[in-house]
Amino acid sequence: MDTPLLKYVLGLADDNMVLSQRLTEWCSNGPTLEEDIALTNVALDILGRARMFYQYASVLDEQKRSEDDFAMCRSEREYTNLLIHELPIGDFAFTMARQWFLDEFSQLYFSALSHSKDETLAGIAAKCIKESGYHLVRSRNWICVLAEGTEESRRRLLAAIDELWGYRHELFETTQAESLLSGVAVNRADLKDTWMTNINDLSARLNIELPDKDWFVTGGRRGEHSEHLGPMLAEMQYLARCFPGAKW
Amino acid sequence: MTKAECQIEQQLLEQFEAKIAADDKIEPKDWMPEAYRANLIRQMSQHAHSEVIGMQPEGNWLSRAPNLHRKMVLLAKVQDEAGHGLYLYSATETLGITRDEMVTAMHQQRAKYASIFNYPTLTWADIGAIGWLVDGAAIVNQISLQLTSYGPYSRAMIKICKEESFHQRQGYNILIKLCEGSEEQKAMAQDALNRWWWPSLMMFGPHDRESAHSQRSMGWKIKRKSNDDLRQKFVDQTVPQAEFLGLKIPDSDLAWNAQRGHYDFGDIDWREFERVINGNGPCNRERIRHHKRAQDEGAWVRQAMAAYDIKQAGQRVA
Ligand SMILES: [Fe+2]
Ligand SMILES: [Fe+2]
Repeated sequence: MDTPLLKYVLGLADDNMVLSQRLTEWCSNGPTLEEDIALTNVALDILGRARMFYQYASVLDEQKRSEDDFAMCRSEREYTNLLIHELPIGDFAFTMARQWFLDEFSQLYFSALSHSKDETLAGIAAKCIKESGYHLVRSRNWICVLAEGTEESRRRLLAAIDELWGYRHELFETTQAESLLSGVAVNRADLKDTWMTNINDLSARLNIELPDKDWFVTGGRRGEHSEHLGPMLAEMQYLARCFPGAKW
Repeated sequence: MTKAECQIEQQLLEQFEAKIAADDKIEPKDWMPEAYRANLIRQMSQHAHSEVIGMQPEGNWLSRAPNLHRKMVLLAKVQDEAGHGLYLYSATETLGITRDEMVTAMHQQRAKYASIFNYPTLTWADIGAIGWLVDGAAIVNQISLQLTSYGPYSRAMIKICKEESFHQRQGYNILIKLCEGSEEQKAMAQDALNRWWWPSLMMFGPHDRESAHSQRSMGWKIKRKSNDDLRQKFVDQTVPQAEFLGLKIPDSDLAWNAQRGHYDFGDIDWREFERVINGNGPCNRERIRHHKRAQDEGAWVRQAMAAYDIKQAGQRVA
């Protein structure tokens, strides 16, 4: 049985794994060569995070599974990433709107996690804060460009926010594992107001009207995913699954 | 041209040639013959396009890298190549051409990229083979180009070469792992070598005696070593590496020649080279289509960037 701490760490690892895999899809597909490089950079940082969490999970695991066992040999029902991370990359506006939501969140989340009683988690969080700050500057800047650029970019940005809107709630939902880890896990609910304020502030500055109709999709932490995760994992895990036990 | 103008040009040409003879670098503001400029634009933009198009066959395995370490290394590698492309485009722009013009020339097939990227990456071992052989061949070429006569190109090569040895190592490491692995993995490595060996040798271009651009480029010290010399150097350094892996190079004529102090190797199939370079490789159309598609799909983003910049500039003035 996975302990609450292992479950908690794996959830964080899966969030980053799946998001990084998505961002990687932009490689050679960006709107400019500069942006290709920048998105790849973010994908690398986030993959780095996933690996730190998986490696810690490996230390915690009684079965001594490795980071690759976790990433490459768990099925879609075992992956517990929050749904927002697995959504397809969409157009550039969708990718940047998601980054904006998540970078705002990560900034708050990692600064809270850096005070965790668990030293390893606090250490990982401390490493992530700085880069996550860069990511946030970048994504906020893109939101400004898209909102104030052309009619088309504004329209696409609003459509993206609308598509993402119902997935934000899950970021602030406390899981059972988390509720058992007081002082170790971040209390997500505490971050919600600040996050919402930050989103509201920039939106107001840019005359972005946030969706008035709310909706609520959830299930990632229970392994209840969208239909998008399966094909992604099938592709990602194909070699590891074809050659069980092989070294690469 | 008037007589006076003729005399001035003659003087400039002599100064230029004296600089070349003294191994001084030509800098963007210096006078240069138009043919020198055109030759550089052709070679440098082709080099830049190669970096960028090369992202596609390698990017093809990013989503499927077998473990997280490999995924991270490959991602970093492909990102480096994008950086090389950017750097080389900038260096080429010093010659008075824009990146857009260069990219359009590639889309219209007036400018080339390394023809080897018209082959597909079919297995994970191909990622190893590209790093080992394609980056390996590129290094041999680029080391010699560090001494090229055009300053910005020379400096670009010095900077880029520093990263290339990491590229080659990551490729070779992939193959080491495969060759230490199961029979299936080893077969995968051999198959990749079989497919990538000859195209890698073709990367150095036609024989010196048949190369249209070679002579002139050598005279201007744009190129410092001949295609055949560079190819020989690559073969000599790569054969022992293949032996170490326990892989067989697909060339029955390959043999050490003690007299020459070099490996002899078989004839390159130049018809294959011509066939692929002229558009009949497995991926020619796909590579250009992919590049164009990314550009087209990103057009609205670039328009937004431009519009935003104008608005910002307007606000600063106001
Ligand atoms: Fe390169
Ligand atoms: Fe390279």
